[in-house]
Amino acid sequence: MRIVIIDDSGLRASVLEEGLHEAGYDDIHIVPPRGGFVARLERMAPDVVLMDLGSPSRDTLEEMLTVSRALARPIAMFVDQSDEAMIGAAIDAGVSAYVVDGLRKERVKPVLELAVRRFNAFAKIQSELEEARSALSDRKIIDRAKSILMNQRSLSEQDAYALLRTAAMNQGKKIVEVAQALITASDLLGGGL
Amino acid sequence: MTTGLRIAFLPLTDAAVLVAARERGFAEEEGIALDLVRTTSWATLRDRLVFGQVQAAHMLAPLAVAVTLGLSQQPAALAAPYKLNVNGNMLVMACDFAKALEPVIASRLADPLGTAHDFAAAIGLWRRKPVIGVVHRFSSHAIMLRYWLASAGVDPDRDVVLRVLPPSLTVEAMHAGEIDGFIAGEPWGSAAVEADLAETVAIGERIWRRGVEKVLAFRESWLEENPQTVDRLLRALVRAAAWCDDPAHRDDLTHLLARPDYVDQPAYLIDRALSGTLVARAGEPSIVSPDFMLFGREATPFPWRSQALWIYSQLVRWGMVDHDPDMAARAGAVFRPDIFRRALADSNVPMPGASMKLEGAVAAPLAVGSRRGELTLGPDSFFDKRVFDPERIDEFLSGFAPLR
Repeated sequence: MRIVIIDDSGLRASVLEEGLHEAGYDDIHIVPPRGGFVARLERMAPDVVLMDLGSPSRDTLEEMLTVSRALARPIAMFVDQSDEAMIGAAIDAGVSAYVVDGLRKERVKPVLELAVRRFNAFAKIQSELEEARSALSDRKIIDRAKSILMNQRSLSEQDAYALLRTAAMNQGKKIVEVAQALITASDLLGGGL
Repeated sequence: MTTGLRIAFLPLTDAAVLVAARERGFAEEEGIALDLVRTTSWATLRDRLVFGQVQAAHMLAPLAVAVTLGLSQQPAALAAPYKLNVNGNMLVMACDFAKALEPVIASRLADPLGTAHDFAAAIGLWRRKPVIGVVHRFSSHAIMLRYWLASAGVDPDRDVVLRVLPPSLTVEAMHAGEIDGFIAGEPWGSAAVEADLAETVAIGERIWRRGVEKVLAFRESWLEENPQTVDRLLRALVRAAAWCDDPAHRDDLTHLLARPDYVDQPAYLIDRALSGTLVARAGEPSIVSPDFMLFGREATPFPWRSQALWIYSQLVRWGMVDHDPDMAARAGAVFRPDIFRRALADSNVPMPGASMKLEGAVAAPLAVGSRRGELTLGPDSFFDKRVFDPERIDEFLSGFAPLR
């Protein structure tokens, strides 16, 4: 079974490809949706095409599926429209798939399930990375606010942090919000560092 | 009691009424907590609607007809009780290509028939078969482009290449030289002009002066099962549409749409369609087109069945559907004036007495029979002066000369 993954994000495509390899599929190709990607795809004659539901290029792909004479006409993803749980899971995970007409449902279903799991795993990694990134920038902001307090009020680092924390608690805000406000105010007053 | 409702949209200026309904309290006043789901392809918008991730969608009118007739992936019976706008499209072509056309842009746009013939001549001069981007096979834009090209004897399936790509990728594709021009909803044409990649060749409003564009589409079964929610939503949208049409709110609306969670394009580009002041060539003064995009006035939201049938006639003309009375009836039934009437029965919205009309027959503003209030229909003529009689589709179709 030849599986083509159309994806902008190299990382997500690799995560999916790896999963498919582990499950014993070995005819897998990754095509980024740029330029003449539909012509490339047509030449590959895939059995299954997996694509990010959020990709703006889905309309381009579907147009090719409609007009292509080179391709044994693929049909849309949801091979069995009665399988609503599967469809729901796929849409939630952001997976769309096109499957060549005539391919048995039992053969396709494990591929779709795997794609759903891998897409979900990828989304989780991404949100963790996002959190880590924002934690890092939060710490920078707090550090800068601390040094403003240390300089202007001659506080120790510990006291500066305690002051920020108390202010945040009193105002019902996050420390980083108070720190940001302090930096902004300090910049406006020309006393920034 | 508040009802949650999810509606999918594409980042386009003509999502305005939905955005205003959410952001300016019209939905809330009707007890609806509106959640707008930003989507980047028509395929995904359709899937979200058909599989129930959203209850309604900002949909290309021809796509709603095509999905219902089973011409697209994921066939399903859809229903459109409300039109979100008429007009709003623009055809732009690479500046080099446009050199072969009438150089004074105001004259070029005022004479779509002459420009279509100039365009036909320009095809032979271009270095390849011109590649024109369209947002979808079943889009008002593609249908309008085909209609316009064919008027000058250009066969849109043979003499040019129509390439499907989403509105948000049009400018990038122009830049990369993958397409030589495109027809799309605003602000994407303006964005290409602003980048000096293209200039305006035709505007939708001059091709069909009241061209059906986006509808609010529901799954038919959901629409039938939730009459009260549908009625409340339609009442909210009618008020939001009036708000959008009011020039006093334009600045506010422009900035709402510019936000990253909506269209995510500069406010000054979005303003061009809303104010009807188009810059057709970079650096030139703007051209005034007050009917560039309509939301509420002239009973714009009313889903005339004759308009669904006009779309059907064009699908037949281009061989996308077999012509038979059953298909025609199903296509016409996608537009639901009965629901519109029910929802707005107690409002002061002027209500047309009929559900079908001749399309293209109104040359100057015309007061028409209305169940309530004054209703004036704007001019709705086609640039080639043809009139579409929904009761005589065969006659209408046989009036077009074969292209090959």
